[in-house]
Amino acid sequence: MHIAIIGNGISGITAARNIRKLSDHKITVISAESDYFFSRTALMYIYMGHMRLEDTQPYEDWFWKKNRIDLKNGYVEKVNTQDKELIFYDGESIAYDKLIIACGSKPNKFGWPGQDLDGVHGLYSLQDLEALERHSIGGINQAVIVGGGLIGLELAEMLHSRHIPVTFLVRETNYWNAVLPKEESDMVTRHIRENGIDLQLETELKEIWGKKGVEKAELIVTSSGEKIKCDYVGLTAGVSPNIDFLRFGDIELGKGVLVNEFLETNVPDVYAIGDCAQLQNPRSGRRPIEAVWYTGRMMGETVAYNVCGKKVEYDPGIWFNSAKFFEIEYQVYGTVLTNPPEHHKSIYWEHSDGRKSIRLIYDKNTSSIIGFNLMGVRYRHEVCEKWIKEGTHVEEVLQTLGIANFDPEFYKEYEQEVIDIYNAQTGNNLELKKRRGLRSALEFLKKTIA
Amino acid sequence: MSNKSTDKTILQKLGLAIFVIALGVFTLSLGLDSYQLSEESLKVSKEYHRVEVLNQAREVGVLNRSFESNIEFISAFKNVLEKAQSSLNEKAENGIPEGIGEWDFKLGDWEVKDYILQTTKSSSVGLIAQNKRLFLLLTFGLGILGGLLYVLPKFNLIPGIKNNHVYHNAMTRGLKFGPRSFFLTMTIIGSLLFGFFYLNKNLFWPLVTAIVILLIIGLVLYAEKQKQNNPTKSASPTITGWLGVFTGVYLIGFYILLYWTPHYITSWILIVDPVSEVLSGNPASQWFLYGLLYTVVVLVMGLRMMAKYQHNKYQLVRTGSVMFFQTAFAFLIPEILIRLNQPYFDFKNIWPLDYDFFFDFNLNTLLNSGGLGIFMLVWGIALIIIGVPVITYFYGKRWYCSWVCGCGGLAETLGDPYRQLSDKSVRAWKFERWIIHGVLVFSVLMTALVLYTYFSGNYNIWIFNSDTVRTWYGFLIGSAFAGVVGTGFYPLMGNRTWCRFGCPLAGYLGLVQKFKSRFRITVNGGQCISCGNCSTYCEMGIDVRHYAQRGQDVVRASCVGCGICAAVCPRGVLRLENSSMDVGTRTQELRTIHISEDEIKLLV
Repeated sequence: MHIAIIGNGISGITAARNIRKLSDHKITVISAESDYFFSRTALMYIYMGHMRLEDTQPYEDWFWKKNRIDLKNGYVEKVNTQDKELIFYDGESIAYDKLIIACGSKPNKFGWPGQDLDGVHGLYSLQDLEALERHSIGGINQAVIVGGGLIGLELAEMLHSRHIPVTFLVRETNYWNAVLPKEESDMVTRHIRENGIDLQLETELKEIWGKKGVEKAELIVTSSGEKIKCDYVGLTAGVSPNIDFLRFGDIELGKGVLVNEFLETNVPDVYAIGDCAQLQNPRSGRRPIEAVWYTGRMMGETVAYNVCGKKVEYDPGIWFNSAKFFEIEYQVYGTVLTNPPEHHKSIYWEHSDGRKSIRLIYDKNTSSIIGFNLMGVRYRHEVCEKWIKEGTHVEEVLQTLGIANFDPEFYKEYEQEVIDIYNAQTGNNLELKKRRGLRSALEFLKKTIA
Repeated sequence: MSNKSTDKTILQKLGLAIFVIALGVFTLSLGLDSYQLSEESLKVSKEYHRVEVLNQAREVGVLNRSFESNIEFISAFKNVLEKAQSSLNEKAENGIPEGIGEWDFKLGDWEVKDYILQTTKSSSVGLIAQNKRLFLLLTFGLGILGGLLYVLPKFNLIPGIKNNHVYHNAMTRGLKFGPRSFFLTMTIIGSLLFGFFYLNKNLFWPLVTAIVILLIIGLVLYAEKQKQNNPTKSASPTITGWLGVFTGVYLIGFYILLYWTPHYITSWILIVDPVSEVLSGNPASQWFLYGLLYTVVVLVMGLRMMAKYQHNKYQLVRTGSVMFFQTAFAFLIPEILIRLNQPYFDFKNIWPLDYDFFFDFNLNTLLNSGGLGIFMLVWGIALIIIGVPVITYFYGKRWYCSWVCGCGGLAETLGDPYRQLSDKSVRAWKFERWIIHGVLVFSVLMTALVLYTYFSGNYNIWIFNSDTVRTWYGFLIGSAFAGVVGTGFYPLMGNRTWCRFGCPLAGYLGLVQKFKSRFRITVNGGQCISCGNCSTYCEMGIDVRHYAQRGQDVVRASCVGCGICAAVCPRGVLRLENSSMDVGTRTQELRTIHISEDEIKLLV
């Protein structure tokens, strides 16, 4: 059987690797972006000089041949599901028995005038990075970033590393406050400004003006009418599935490729995973499209089983994510909402340096722990996950909170301070019983529910 | 605007300029002195040698003649010594004075080396010899000042990972595969050729070494099938950092001069005389020069490391530890011991890194130095058989390699800017295992031979002469590998080339760490994003990401526990930690595996 995978990102590659583990099928991974799998999340580090492109590639080049995973550099223009055939941009075609679509996202463009000028780019693909590098060599005197998500902030950090002045336009009243609770959002907002970024809140892009003749961006106009001269515009107002090549085919599409819980599309033997997949019935509290590294990886693993005839439902488990805002690391486990329902109660501790915080969310009615939000402090994934899964009582969590701490040795532990805040809120008198350490974490993880 | 370098303040630029001046003066000082051999400046330990050398010097007109360069002086003085050597040989045939042995009477080759070094130093009469303190200030003083001015302002930055432009910088971006292989090959060939002369034109050991090297290459490429696994990412694909190459060549040159021709660097030794006299009461030797320089570099670059990782307490404590052990244990305590007429002893140096611990001269010195000497002997042996396994069981080999060891101390301070240059390919890992364990076996065999000779008095065992074996080990491993490659290759192959490929003690510690230790690097569930920072900045060339992205705890013999992988991880995925709960099963769990086999059975 020949399994073709469109896209060599984390989803497609995880699928390919797991199919190889489970079977001897012929596997072809197709990409027009890069010859080899690289970590998209590390693009910023290439620009900043922390790593080279080679360092972001998790496998050595010989790995693919050794594991009999064929890599094909090509751009699929059309999927012919009748004849089970992929037609490439250059007219070539290949036949498949099963197809996995893992073609990822593309940066959103909302129809701004001038959005297709030279010097206006997203930051998603290797080509986007190459474009940025090309402009940087030419010299950028002023850059404008549009859209206050994670990629926008990464782009700000990148440009900042090259000493390029950055104006960062964010529609919201605070940075990423659709995801981060207020205090954390405030913290990152402060930190962005502390790094010398000109952050303009509640400001949107209206239009981009180009230089006559060369079609290159030279000025933007904001929603408030301000004009900013610039020679690079980063469009980072989110991403959407990169599925234009599937339009007018018989694979059912929504915003993304529609799939059921087995990641199957409406067409037999065609699957979709990762950023481009849209779940018809997402689990409660989850979005139909989650353009996140981790869900892409889980989908890749799940689809491999389904393709190999072992039916497994896609189960994303308990939500988790992570990021880094300049120097502040961020981890989240479970449910942490910006506009929480009344019964979600929050315990929030913040360090006096304003760059670290710990937030615990619990259900006021049941006292079960629901979520953790960490800034500048590291927590153990499995410990938090187990607490949330088992609906552990918040007071038990608090008293053993140390076992979740994953900061390096010698780091100060703040768990007692978190408890003090809870005590002050509730009039309790709890004390920390377990401090940071692998032994107690292992004891907890190995203990099964009684 | 767009600039591929880090911002530097005026103060930092000034510091850099001052440092370059100090380095310039230091380098030039080798040619600034003039030399004159006099009766007083001739440093020859035996009276009958002295008379003979003076006669010959007078005869060829070298006595009291002034030389403008040490090259001319040494060449003329060598000529004098050679004449004295043959004249003494002749005289020995006609009868040796009463009470003197034949080998004592003759002028041996090792004595010639020592006489040249000592005499060149004491015959210096020019600028440096007359202004030692001034030059101490202009070299060490200005160097430290410049270094501090460059380093200390880094404490003002917003704390966090500072790796911007590492791969844009001509000092730290590394070499292409071609030039790197060239340096490596030339160093190996050079060492073997030089070794041939070093062993008085003995072909046997250089030949055996060459065969072993070819054997290892064959084993890795063919037996372990690495020929087809072209290590595409093991070196820089397109860039060659010329400043790094220059630095590497400078360091290699320094080590060659230091180890094998110290008579050309007597000006440097003179410069540090005042410091040595304060500490031990004796004039400086080349080893004092090296020790002082080493300590100063570890301290200044240690401060740099602390500034860079000011937010990371593990790095602060660890760097403080290597700075302390270098300054106190490796440098000051041995000097103080000398001052107290006790044996020179570094309490933290452990065999087989300390390869001459069981050599006769060391054993005899310790055995003849009363209670303290016996204590040193017992201490040294206890570290080998109890200290290493027990402490490594509890904390991993990091307790030594990145907290205590001098080589590790230099690698973690001076070497930190180059940690990303270690080769992460599987092929390099295969080479590493053959080479480091090969050196470990060599060191054990060599020591066994030396001890056999010590107890039996017999030098020849089968076809081996224990004296030649130990000389060859000292030359090849102790000097060429640990020194020339060990430090000289920092900007070429990363800062732990010696520790990773060569150090027999690291090999020993690594075996304990791998098979019986509580230590591991825990991977935090499924949080890895495969970005590669951990692997890139692993100085030991461990592909940390390989483990992190499959959620498998990292247990590798080579890991020195520096903690940088955990520090540079942007997602908080890695933590160095210990537990006795699961020593035997440390690496079994794969936390990113999302689907368990049980689940599938239920569904099908």
